[in-house]
Amino acid sequence: MIIEWRKGIKAALPIMVGYVPIGLAFGILASQQGITVGNIFLMSLFVYAGSAQFIATAMMFSGIQAISIISTTLLVNLRHLLMSASLAPHMKGFSSFIQSLISFGITDETFAVSGNYVQNNKASAGFFGGLHIASHASWILSTVIGGIFGSKLTETAKWGLDFALSAMFIGLMIPQLKDKRGLLVCICAGLLSLVLKTYLGGNYNVIIAAIIAATIGVMTEKWNNKQSLSYLE
Amino acid sequence: MEQQTILIILGMSIVTYIPRALPIIVLSKFKLPDWFLRWLKYIPIAILSALLFPQIMMFEDHVNISLDNKNLLAAIPSLLAAYKTKSLFITVLVGIISMLLLNLL
Repeated sequence: MIIEWRKGIKAALPIMVGYVPIGLAFGILASQQGITVGNIFLMSLFVYAGSAQFIATAMMFSGIQAISIISTTLLVNLRHLLMSASLAPHMKGFSSFIQSLISFGITDETFAVSGNYVQNNKASAGFFGGLHIASHASWILSTVIGGIFGSKLTETAKWGLDFALSAMFIGLMIPQLKDKRGLLVCICAGLLSLVLKTYLGGNYNVIIAAIIAATIGVMTEKWNNKQSLSYLE
Repeated sequence: MEQQTILIILGMSIVTYIPRALPIIVLSKFKLPDWFLRWLKYIPIAILSALLFPQIMMFEDHVNISLDNKNLLAAIPSLLAAYKTKSLFITVLVGIISMLLLNLL
């Protein structure tokens, strides 16, 4: 069990590094927009969603109504539905209580690691525990430190840490491109996401691109099977 | 104001938690059809690349495929490191160092 926790924490290391510059930036911005350090802490602890936190604090600062802020948060975070669904078949062995604890820690970054991990390894609660708690702790700590020290910290973005998460995505993606279909899904999702982000803006590019690309993946499977069957005839 | 902020944080927490938890708790209780399971298998790679492409091909909110785009430049040694070493640790390290050097230039 301890080995699984340790594996999870180790897998969280790039996320922990990558959360530092974004967390600091959020803390600095939020404190400038009049959010107290206590509330920064509460938001990072309970909401724990980078882009939604940035958007919400900007909206609060402009004095927008609570109901609009909350519904925007819902829309921004709907993409987690897809990540949660993708993890579901691997969590059959866990109690609903454990599932409800684990699901609290799903973010773009932890899913990038865990969604990949469960394809090749047996999912364990310890692995998710280590991965999610270590990542979450880094997020809370970075945002609170950003909130306390404010703009004295803006220089940290120049240490190159801001590229850590992109590099992590690259490092997770490349080994998965073992066959043509994986490559096809990857390129479709990436280009669609880029186009949607450019023309649509907002945060829907990820969920829409992933749904379409995964559908293309399944559909070309069928096409290939039919083709190989016709070769047999 | 303080009370209002706490209320907003509470509301945000609830609407963020539901999409995270609901599919895991509900879908794991059922036997899912085979095509849906196969579809779900493509989701991790699709989400990874849907997140990554805009990060490296956009710079300051615009698509930018040129030498001015630091994210794209830092991605090249990272891609090579990932391909050659298959090590996540080395890839992240190469990415950070590349960006650090680009920022110093």
